[in-house]
Amino acid sequence: MSAPLHIQGLGAGYRDRAILQGLDLAPLPAGQVVSLVGPNGAGKSTLLRAVAGLIPASGSARLGDVELNALSIGERARHVAYMPQTLPQDVALTVLETVIAALEASPLDGPPRGAAEAAMAVLERVGAAELAGRRLDRLSGGQRQIAALAQAMARQPRVLLLDEPTSALDLRHQLEVLTLARDYARERAAVVVMVLHDLQAAARASDHVVVLAQGRLRVEGPPAQAITPQVLADVWRVRARVEPCARGQLQVMVDAVL
Amino acid sequence: MRRNPNPRRHDRFDFRPSPSDALTDHRRSQARRRLVLVVLALACLAALTLDVMTGPSSMPVGRILAGLVDPGRLSAPEAAIVWGIRLPSALLAVLVGAALALSGAEMQTVLNNPLASPFTLGVSSAASFGASLAIVLGLGLPFVPADAVTTLNAFVFAFGSVLLLQGLARAQRGGVQSVVLFGIALVFAFNALTALVQFVSSQEALQQLVFWTMGSLSRASWRAVAFMAAVVVLAAPFSLWSARALTALRLGEDRAMSFGVDVGRLRFLALLRVSLLSATAVAFVGVVGFVGLVAPHIARLLVGEDHRVFLPASLLSGALLMSLASTAAKALVPGALLPVGIVTAVIGVPVFLLLIFRNGARG
Repeated sequence: MSAPLHIQGLGAGYRDRAILQGLDLAPLPAGQVVSLVGPNGAGKSTLLRAVAGLIPASGSARLGDVELNALSIGERARHVAYMPQTLPQDVALTVLETVIAALEASPLDGPPRGAAEAAMAVLERVGAAELAGRRLDRLSGGQRQIAALAQAMARQPRVLLLDEPTSALDLRHQLEVLTLARDYARERAAVVVMVLHDLQAAARASDHVVVLAQGRLRVEGPPAQAITPQVLADVWRVRARVEPCARGQLQVMVDAVL
Repeated sequence: MRRNPNPRRHDRFDFRPSPSDALTDHRRSQARRRLVLVVLALACLAALTLDVMTGPSSMPVGRILAGLVDPGRLSAPEAAIVWGIRLPSALLAVLVGAALALSGAEMQTVLNNPLASPFTLGVSSAASFGASLAIVLGLGLPFVPADAVTTLNAFVFAFGSVLLLQGLARAQRGGVQSVVLFGIALVFAFNALTALVQFVSSQEALQQLVFWTMGSLSRASWRAVAFMAAVVVLAAPFSLWSARALTALRLGEDRAMSFGVDVGRLRFLALLRVSLLSATAVAFVGVVGFVGLVAPHIARLLVGEDHRVFLPASLLSGALLMSLASTAAKALVPGALLPVGIVTAVIGVPVFLLLIFRNGARG
């Protein structure tokens, strides 16, 4: 169950435009949260989409002994779940129905038993039980994001990929989602990889930070090693201070644009 | 919104089932939707009966009903009217409505566009052009009746248009939006080609061509009913078999793929069913607009978008709409049979506008 995710020589892109080329990352251990950070266009979402199998990729994405790139879409979905950045609009389904849909979608999943009960349990776990009967197109952006997280978690994947999971959330819900991601990684011995723009949130929520720029790895490691004034200057072109607060958590303070 | 007063939070991610008010509500909602399906089916039956009872000849209603149960009680001319004209026409209306609505529902989901339907994306236009060519060129095949060749050619063009749409979209890799834009281009292209065929055709062929462009049930026959029924019976189970994947697709292509749905295959097979259903429908009754567009919207309002219920509800709504349109085509102008395509447009446009405004008011 506790298999690390290996990314080796991974290449991916769109049409004739290569975004990632030969990307090698250190093994991402099970039970850990990994944040992908970097400026716009760095290839963060492309990396998630390549691991999820949504775009063609070269190289290797291996979960333990299982080469993900060799699996069919249905087989891959047994190991990997992906929560995209975009939120569906105008969908006449209740939140509970969307989580049931996530559980029942693939023909490989077999005839579902107790899907409604399982979906409800997921919603309770993410603190969204009161949204169960509400239609998706009548929710706020933040509520839809939490519903989307429930859909991805419902499949109990060993690799959970979250593309900007907190972008539409208020402070309290940001903290809740990041805590949920961490708890999921720990309790399911899963690898949780998420794209974040908020470096402070990345430092707080992750065990491992991967900094990408222009499709290349710039630095990776524990938050204190990956998020430094030098990296911020090189990658984001800003002058910043990175200091631990009284509780030991990293604080990123941007002073000026370089 | 009803809040759960004491939401139970699990300590672990094992998602063990737990009873809750929301689950009870969900089950009630599912039961209500099944009831909606039963009501729709009964309404279709009532509309079908009304359609059979409506017509220019003044046969008493009781005699028609008795004749439906026991044909032996009718005189030869009465039997010819009820069993030879009205019943095949009424049944074909129901089947064509069902086929167009099921096509529209699947198209709207796989192309993620609420305005998609066989009519708006060129499939009907292509079928109409194919039929026009067969009529004007007098195409024939050995051992095949002439109208069957027309139907076959309509299907070949409709299916070809779907393949063309997919091929062009794939070549551009532009995804769903490209398919919709190509579809609109196909409407204009095939309509222009049909107009060209009409321009050069003889007076006799022109009369037949008008049938295709306006949509009419006047050429209904038991053979057409049997063929149309076979196509609906063949396609509908495959649609229902894909219902779970189609529901997931409503959450977006990326999400559906992440849930294990092979979206490319799902879309191809759905468009294959769409071309079979809509081409056969157009081949028998000509171009009938708005049923494929409006019926899925009615179904969506009634039962939501869980496709296990939404697809049958769309099919039944389309059958009901088309059956009512068929009755109206006979009743609106006494003594005259209007082309049903005109009636569906007259009924469809205000219903569609009503749906939009109601939805807007709710939203």
